[in-house]
Amino acid sequence: MTQSVLSVRVRNNAGVLSHVSGLFTRRGYNIDSLSVGVTENPEVSVITLVVSEAPEIVLQIEKQLKKLVDVLDIIDLTGEHSVKREVALVTIYVNKSNRHEVLTLIDVYEAHVIDITDSEVMVELLATPRRISSFIAVFADFGIKEIARTGTISLAYPSSRKGADKA
Amino acid sequence: MSIGPEKTGAQVMIDTLLSHGVEVAWGIPGGALLPFYDDLYNSSLRHILVRHEQGAVHAADAYARVTGKLGVAIGTSGPGATNLITGIANAKMDSIPVLAITGQVATASIGTDAFQEADTYGLTIPITKYNALLKNPDDVARITEEAIRVAMSGRQGPVHIDFPKDVQSGLTRKTTPGELKVPARHIEPVPLVGDLDQLADAINHAHRPVFYVGGGAVMSGASEVLLRIAEKAQIPVVSTLTGLGAFPGTHNLHLGMLGMHGTAYANYAVQECDFILSIGARFDDRVASDTKDFASHAVKAHIDIDPAEANKRVAVDIYVQGDARVVLEQIENSVLRVETREWAKRVAELRDANPLKFTLTGSDIKPQYVIHRIWERTRGEAVVATDVGQHQMWAAQYYPLKNPRHWVTSAGLGTMGFGLPAALGAKIGKPDSEVILFSGDGSFQMNIQELGTARENNIKVKIVLFNNGFLGMVRQWQEMFHGNRLSHSQIHFNPDFTAIAGAYQIPAMAISKPEEVEAAIDFLLNTDDIALLEVRIPAEEKVFPMIPSGKAYTSMMDYEHSGDGSVFSPNQFKEN
Repeated sequence: MTQSVLSVRVRNNAGVLSHVSGLFTRRGYNIDSLSVGVTENPEVSVITLVVSEAPEIVLQIEKQLKKLVDVLDIIDLTGEHSVKREVALVTIYVNKSNRHEVLTLIDVYEAHVIDITDSEVMVELLATPRRISSFIAVFADFGIKEIARTGTISLAYPSSRKGADKA
Repeated sequence: MSIGPEKTGAQVMIDTLLSHGVEVAWGIPGGALLPFYDDLYNSSLRHILVRHEQGAVHAADAYARVTGKLGVAIGTSGPGATNLITGIANAKMDSIPVLAITGQVATASIGTDAFQEADTYGLTIPITKYNALLKNPDDVARITEEAIRVAMSGRQGPVHIDFPKDVQSGLTRKTTPGELKVPARHIEPVPLVGDLDQLADAINHAHRPVFYVGGGAVMSGASEVLLRIAEKAQIPVVSTLTGLGAFPGTHNLHLGMLGMHGTAYANYAVQECDFILSIGARFDDRVASDTKDFASHAVKAHIDIDPAEANKRVAVDIYVQGDARVVLEQIENSVLRVETREWAKRVAELRDANPLKFTLTGSDIKPQYVIHRIWERTRGEAVVATDVGQHQMWAAQYYPLKNPRHWVTSAGLGTMGFGLPAALGAKIGKPDSEVILFSGDGSFQMNIQELGTARENNIKVKIVLFNNGFLGMVRQWQEMFHGNRLSHSQIHFNPDFTAIAGAYQIPAMAISKPEEVEAAIDFLLNTDDIALLEVRIPAEEKVFPMIPSGKAYTSMMDYEHSGDGSVFSPNQFKEN
C-alpha cells in the first residue's frame, strides 16, 4: 500500500486532536504517523498524517476530515512535490570491537552523536522518513536499545506549490 | 457586537435560542444546571419536564423530524449528560438537528473527578457535528449561534454545548454572537456541484429507471418536485426507511420500501432496473447489503448534500452534490415527458403478482391487519411514530404515508425505547395531527416512564402496543438463522400494561381476539385523551419479505402461507 501524506490545518482548539484521531479510530483508517505542531499563525496548528490506504479511502478520509468543524483545509503532500522530514533519536548498543565501525556508519548517514558510553551510542538523525528507516535497518544488526521518532512533517516546495492545494 | 447591559451566560444562551425561534425544550434540571434553570424560570421558552434525559433527546429529535425546526434537549452534568448520549447518537445516524445542552461542574473543578462530573465534551465528539465546552460567558452567544447554525446547515445533525455552572452564572456584556469562528462551509448553503445535463440525460435515456428516495428528500422538502418529475417521466419510486412519506405512499408509481424488509416488488424493480437515482439516500447495509449485487445492471446516480456519501459503500457513475430539492428543481425542465412506459406497467405487474401478504385466522390478531385498519381509519394522514423491531417494519410496510414529515422512526441507530418520547415530541410539533405510536412490549418498557410526561402535559398520543412476550425481531432471527434456539429473547414476565396505564390515569384496553379489533380501534381513535391499546399477538408472526443480512436480492424470502386461515393482501393502491 502506498503511503499518503496529508497536511491538515486546524484551528488551535483544545480537543481538535481528539476530533481528528477519533475520526480515524471510529472509521477504521490506519495512521502510520501523526505529528502536530504550530504554524506561522498562532491560532492555527498543522497535523501531518501519514496513512497507508487505497486512493479511494484516502479520498474518503479527506472528505470526512473536511466535515470536522475545526479543520480549516487539507493539502495532499503525497509525492515528489513536497519535502518530508522526520527526526529520530536512536540508542545503539556498541562494544570495544565494533565501536569504530558504528561511528563510521553514523557518519555516512550524517547523523549526530548526542551521547556515548562504553556500551551505548545515542544518535540524532534528521532525514527523510525513508532514510531514517534505512538507518534503523542498518543498525539493527548491532542491536538497538530504543528508538523515538517524531513522525513525518511536510511542506510543499515553494516552486511546486501550484496544484498542490487540494482542499 | 453589541455592548449592552450585563447578562448571565445562561440568559444569553436562552436569548440566543429564542432569537432562532426555538419554542420548546425538553429536559431535567440538576445541580450543575441550577443557574440555567433559574434564568429559564421567567423565560418565554417552553420547557417540558421529562422523566429521563433519554426521553428529552428523543422527543426533541422527533419534534425536529415533524417540524423541520431545531430540537432542544437539556440534561445536567454527569448522569444527565450520559443519559442523553443514546439520543444524540440516534439523531446523528438519521441526520436530525438537535441541540443538546448539558450542565457541567464549575470550570475550576473540571478534571478533579468532582461530584457528577463526566467528560461530556469528549463523549460527544464522535456523535455530533459540532461540540463545545464553554469556558467564558463572553463566548456563550457566539458558540450557541455556531452550534445552531451548524446543526441546521448542510447535512443536518446534532450538536452539543457543555455549559459549566460558573459560566452559566457569570456575567457578560457580549450578548450577541459577533463574528463566528467556524469555517463558512459548515454554516452556508451547500453549493451545487456536478453535471446536471449528464444527470438529466441519464434519466432520459433510461428504459427502466427507478428513483431511490431517502431521508435527504424529506429533509430538503423535495416531495413536490419529486412527484412532478416522477409523474412526468413515469418513473417508479422506492423508499428507504427514512424516505417514507417523501412520495405519496398510495401513488401508483410508489413501490414502498426497498431492502431487507422491503416489498418484494420494490426489490424486484431494483434488480431489473437499468438506471437508479439515489435522492438523499446512502446505500446503507439494510438496502445494499451485498454492495456488488445492488442494482448490478443499472447506471447509478446519486444526489446528496454530503460529498462524503459519494462512493462510500457503492460506487456510482454520476454524483451531484447539493440539496435534493434544489437539484431536482434544476433538472425538472430537462427531464423529458414520457406518456406511457412499458417499465411502469412491468412494475405494476410485479406489484400485483407479489403483494405484501399475511394470514388471517379466526383465533389470533395479526399486527399487520391492525396497522392496515388504522391506516384506513386515519386515511394515511396520521403522524406515525414507532419503536424498533418487528412492529416498526410492519408499520413501514402497512401504513403507506400520504405526507412527508409524518414518519418518526429510529432508522440508522435502531434505538429501542425511541417510540414513546418520540411520539410526544411529534405531537408537540404537530398538535393538530393524530399521532399514532406503534410499539412492542420490548421497546415500550425501555422508556415507559414517559407516560408520566404525556399525562402531566396532556400530550394526546395514541399508543398501539403489540405484545408478543418476546423481543420479536431477535426471536425471528433466532428461529430463522440460529436453529430456533430462543436464547433470552422471551420476556417471561410482563406487567399488566393496562394497569400501568391506569396508574398514570391513561385510558387503556387490551385485546387478544380478531373480533375485538374494530371496537378497539374505535376506542383508540375516539378517546379524546391519551389512549393505550395493548394488542396481544402470536409470537410466531414474522416480518416478510426478508433478505438475510449480507445476502443478494435474489436471496429474498417472501411470505409463504401454511396452515389454517386465508391470505390477506391490503390494496394500498386504490387511489390511483
